[in-house]
Amino acid sequence: MSEKKKSKHIIIPCSGIGKALGTITRRATYIVTGELLPNETDTICLPLLTIKDEETVRKIRQNPCITVDGCVAQCAKKNVEHHHGKLKGEIKILDVIKENPKLKPGNVLDIGPDGEKLARKAAEKVLKIVGEKS
Amino acid sequence: MVSRVATRRILEERDDVVTICLPLFLAGGQKERDFAKNNPCITVDGCDKMCAAKGVEMYGKVHPKSSIAISEITKKEKHSKPKSKSRIEPEDEKLVHETMKIINKEVDKVKEEE
Repeated sequence: MSEKKKSKHIIIPCSGIGKALGTITRRATYIVTGELLPNETDTICLPLLTIKDEETVRKIRQNPCITVDGCVAQCAKKNVEHHHGKLKGEIKILDVIKENPKLKPGNVLDIGPDGEKLARKAAEKVLKIVGEKS
Repeated sequence: MVSRVATRRILEERDDVVTICLPLFLAGGQKERDFAKNNPCITVDGCDKMCAAKGVEMYGKVHPKSSIAISEITKKEKHSKPKSKSRIEPEDEKLVHETMKIINKEVDKVKEEE
């Protein structure tokens, strides 16, 4: 008897390189997928979704997705919605910044210790959504 | 990571180049999609999936003026692939510099042709 493959939450950061916030989205994603919940989560390359890669589109349709966006354009969320992905939740780094006004991130190439703390705060928010029932 | 870091550093060194978020081609409006049509594009891809090059063709309906693939640079120059996804380690700097050299060369070539 074959076991149904357990679905993983797909954490999708944006691709922005204009500001530190884009880098923070990716750092938060790797904290979740690499350290905190490596067996329950995965990520995809957002540009692959933008170019309609079949395997990537299938992945976001078959698994609950959590987007992590660095600016108001919300590219990660919009790309998932456009391809009818299972959007379970969204994280906006701008909200994380507002909630932590004393933390000042560095720059795009080096987010610094405060940027790392912001990434961890964003990762905690992702964990909360992962724990919620779909 | 290497493609982003190399691109970002070029942006900080030169004042004659800009960049665009690739996913913005889909998430943004016509203005973003016209960006590729109205500006000569040089794409920098981290792997052989070539998302940036394909994105320019798909949404801008034009071919990039030049396509750079980091995977080809690592093969040709025998660089080892970066181990970390989150940061550029000291041993990756050579690959970043090599990529920047190629991007600069391509930008100068495109400018000459325009």
